[in-house]
Amino acid sequence: METNHHQTGTDRVKRGMAEMQKGGVIMDVVNAEQAQIAERAGAVAVMALERVPADIRAAGGVARMADPTVIEEVMNAVSIPVMAKSRIGHFVESRLLEAMGVDYIDESEVLTPADELYHVDKQAFTVPFVCGARDLGEALRRIGEGASMIRTKGEPGTGNVVEAVRHMRRMVGEIRKVKGMTRDELMAEAKNLGAPYDLLLQVHETGKLPVVNFAAGGIATPADAALMMQLGSDGVFVGSGIFKSANPEKYARAIVEATTHYEDYALIAELSKGLGEPMKGIEMDRLEESDRMQERGW
Amino acid sequence: MKIGVLALQGAVREHVRMLEQSGVEAVPVKRNHELEGLDGLVIPGGESTTISKLMHQYDLMEPVKEMGRKGRPLFGTCAGLILLAKRIEGMEGSHLGLMDITVRRNAFGRQRESFEARLDVKGVAEDYEAVFIRAPYISEAGPEVDVLSALEGRTVIVRQGPFLGASFHPELTEDHRLHSYFAEMVKESRTEKTNTV
Repeated sequence: METNHHQTGTDRVKRGMAEMQKGGVIMDVVNAEQAQIAERAGAVAVMALERVPADIRAAGGVARMADPTVIEEVMNAVSIPVMAKSRIGHFVESRLLEAMGVDYIDESEVLTPADELYHVDKQAFTVPFVCGARDLGEALRRIGEGASMIRTKGEPGTGNVVEAVRHMRRMVGEIRKVKGMTRDELMAEAKNLGAPYDLLLQVHETGKLPVVNFAAGGIATPADAALMMQLGSDGVFVGSGIFKSANPEKYARAIVEATTHYEDYALIAELSKGLGEPMKGIEMDRLEESDRMQERGW
Repeated sequence: MKIGVLALQGAVREHVRMLEQSGVEAVPVKRNHELEGLDGLVIPGGESTTISKLMHQYDLMEPVKEMGRKGRPLFGTCAGLILLAKRIEGMEGSHLGLMDITVRRNAFGRQRESFEARLDVKGVAEDYEAVFIRAPYISEAGPEVDVLSALEGRTVIVRQGPFLGASFHPELTEDHRLHSYFAEMVKESRTEKTNTV
């Protein structure tokens, strides 16, 4: 009954953490009180932020990593994992989050990118990363850099699910196509998608991404969450939707249950009763090109 | 012989796959009527607060406890182990409370400290790869609990009669020796059942 030494930060340990989140809801929170509401409602993790995406959108200016005080407050308030966002390419913000003991880092397009050319070398970290993607090529580029979890970008802070649906459908469709290809077609497809060949080969052989894939960016109702699960998501991130709604506690519970029982329509109808006003939401054609967060990163 | 995997949240698919590779039929379970006819149940890793909340919400707590009381084998991994424990450090009460053990949650630290190690598992496997993710360990075990493996003095696998608990994730590797061992436990309990009838 003895053992040899421990190995931290392996792919299995980093990706495995995301496996444990499957079928769950990860909620954006801005303080200890919201974090506790999320935990009580059954969230599998919380994302500690200074402002939810809808407010980042409204405030404008440069959005950066949250104040460590906020993140620490959230970490001390709950026992579920705590995630936090750093700017695309800002490896020092990422290192700060790792040093603070954050459980997962989101290299996120919700914040203003710090580097227009390069994302963070995530392989170099012990703590795992989640990154946004709009299609299979982008997902595999991030995984190639060391991301241990992928989420759709959607269009954050809009309360409009249309972009998350577009990205999930595209990704699932491309995976299906790659699975059905012959081996000699794969290198050309790797070039088309801008994806690392070895990872594309894995997708071809297994018919799925090598890491967990969540939906994010515009999920506002229990039905939205169930829709994304049916389209093939492993779980959902809900950002502004919960704490911008009239009754966050009830809303959070309803989204958790709809994510678990995503095929039980009678139940989801019941859960959706009397939830009050959901967040207002923005139509995509009302959004200026420069305000589209999903275009950040490559 | 059919083994269920509680499918409210967490690593469900992986457990189903491991059980199938051990040569048994495995089905995901979301509602209590799906427990009928099962010979054993796996409670997977995930978030114990989430899984326990959903078990209460959908009336699964009592039926699973009942399965345990009838001697049907249950296997809890990580969060599942916490659900099986009678005592949880720093928390009032328990979830299923079937095993005479005390568990400490997130006992090895946060995700940064999560790790892989190799274990010897008494009577089951030598050099067994184990993935610990924000894992708990068993800080105290009653006299009827058999400690199957420990890591630097911290107990990580226990068995008490029909209940098996591991503080790590046996479903995340390709090594299905622990799942085969559980399948064997389920097979034995079926034989006992037939013999007593």
